[in-house]
Amino acid sequence: MPNDYLLSLPILAAAGWSVLLIILEAMLSRAALTRVFAMLGFALVGGLSVIGFPLQGLAFSEMLRIGGFQHFANIIFCLSGLLVVALSEKYLDDENVHYGEYYIVAFISVVGMMLLAAAANMAILFIGLEMMSIALYVLAGLMRRDVRSNEAAMKYFLLGAFASGLLLYGISLIYGATGELALHKIAIAIQTGSASMLFWIGFGLLITGFLFKISAVPFHQWTPDVYDGSPTPAAAFMSTGAKAAAFSALIVVVTNFSTLLQNSPTWSLVISSIALATMVVGNIAALAQENLKRMLAYSSVAHAGYMLVGIAAATPDGYSGIMFYTLVYTLMNIGAFGVVALLESKENLLLASDYAGLFKHRPMLAGAMAVFMLSLAGVPPLGGFIGKYKVFAAAVDAKLTWLALAGVLASAVSAYYYLRVVYFMFMRDPVGEAISAPATSSLAFALIAVAVVLLGVFPTEILRITDAALKFAQLPTQTGF
Amino acid sequence: MDVSGILFVFLGAQIIVATVGTVWSRNPVTSALFLVLNFFALGGLYLLLEAQFIAVVQVIVYAGAIMVLFLFTIMLLNLDNERALAEKFDLRKGFAVLLGGVLLVELLYIIGLKTPIPIKQTALTTVQLGEAKYIGRELLTNFLFPFEIVSILLLLAVVGAIVLAKKNFTTSPKS
Repeated sequence: MPNDYLLSLPILAAAGWSVLLIILEAMLSRAALTRVFAMLGFALVGGLSVIGFPLQGLAFSEMLRIGGFQHFANIIFCLSGLLVVALSEKYLDDENVHYGEYYIVAFISVVGMMLLAAAANMAILFIGLEMMSIALYVLAGLMRRDVRSNEAAMKYFLLGAFASGLLLYGISLIYGATGELALHKIAIAIQTGSASMLFWIGFGLLITGFLFKISAVPFHQWTPDVYDGSPTPAAAFMSTGAKAAAFSALIVVVTNFSTLLQNSPTWSLVISSIALATMVVGNIAALAQENLKRMLAYSSVAHAGYMLVGIAAATPDGYSGIMFYTLVYTLMNIGAFGVVALLESKENLLLASDYAGLFKHRPMLAGAMAVFMLSLAGVPPLGGFIGKYKVFAAAVDAKLTWLALAGVLASAVSAYYYLRVVYFMFMRDPVGEAISAPATSSLAFALIAVAVVLLGVFPTEILRITDAALKFAQLPTQTGF
Repeated sequence: MDVSGILFVFLGAQIIVATVGTVWSRNPVTSALFLVLNFFALGGLYLLLEAQFIAVVQVIVYAGAIMVLFLFTIMLLNLDNERALAEKFDLRKGFAVLLGGVLLVELLYIIGLKTPIPIKQTALTTVQLGEAKYIGRELLTNFLFPFEIVSILLLLAVVGAIVLAKKNFTTSPKS
């Protein structure tokens, strides 16, 4: 029992800290203070995950599976939360919605993400997903006076609730087919017996629920409207932390059933086609976008496609590639959304052409934005390139060369719309008056950009960690101590 | 077909009718009343599955407390009939109906295959299984963690509802 607490310390600490945040906000109602404490909380939970990295095992009556994979995922979630909270203040102030509750809701969302990654039982999987999603619905609708924010929240909520319904129905059918809720016990039940049709339809519905959350085609239609209407920092949070969490849960589920799925040509075909469709549709739709937020939304659809290639490969290399990819994606996408949020407020600068001549006024900010754009496009030697390289290489190893080839072509197309922003920033002369932005935030973006570059130049250490982290997730039948 | 089979079909049909009625009725009060019927029938289904405690809780909490609050809210808000929401039938909607129909047929087909459902072996009799005592014991042993962590979800719901619904929300003083 004491071991249970030690293993799940990051999750317990995060849950406790969210209660602390609520008490703090209720007693003092100072948004700035709550913000600082939320950042401290993210740092604390991330730190606990770093310290506890070697610990592994099942906790609390086999409800939670904790291992390197979960700790690594926790670090990504905390990083995402920390960066989003750090970059939110100016935007929220400008929009006049700087509530302390924003930070509480974002923090609880991270608790949900951690539960998703650590789920060993479908009850936890569902609770985690709901905790994350409900928090995101609230964040989407934060700007209550803004019609488009209301629309975003309503759309996200209705479609999200429907996806949760599908997922829950899938869970109940799997329970009906196997009589178990714990993922590793379901795996055993399927190995001893055989996977019935009832199981497969339940599994399909479960995966559909996740595909909605990662905005894979054809469940992506909500993405541009929701990202466009939500407060920009919240959109950054949805596209990074929430996506990373849904992918962690997807990896946890598919690794538990790996023996079954590796022998199923249908599964491989279905997930490869979805990955292909997601890459193609996301990139082509992004080409046509003038509005930067909508462009980033479609680009996030496309990136979900690249990551799905790793799931289609269904090898430890592919999963390890996804983990690395989500880390890089978190940094570069929060960076890109953060720059948009910084410039957008008040002046309403949302088109790529509004960024003309940014380099002349704010060289550091423009330089950082260029790094994010190039990294999103996958230009070597930046972090985004290594992430793509890893998942595509895994696909080639898994004899899915056509999929990897399609991915490379799709990302070549994507270079057009990313480079367009860079072109406007560097090659054009500024139109109108200078764009103002506080200098301190330029420095923060420069730091994120340096991290993206470093991940591209020295990826080996991180990749070794992700490979090691996956070891425990790969052992579905291990039952604890 | 034995008595429980007949009851199952009866309650199941009632749930489907009530659900369709909830979605289709124009008047919000009628919708809410259909939902009450739905919850009652669901309670009956729980009873058939020998989950007495859950059945009672379902009726008291959902059909009783929550729906009464719901009805009060609807009446206080004095909503008109939602005519504005009625949409015309277009091609996209037709496609959605088609896809939904295909999914329904698939599900019905698979459920019609009558996969043998594994029965979990347990030392308890069926009457004991549904008792509050055993549910409580499960909740505080095997399901302790989900049981406790759901409280964070409830806290989130409270905070979120306040953020979205509170009147005249003022931002806190800037530091």
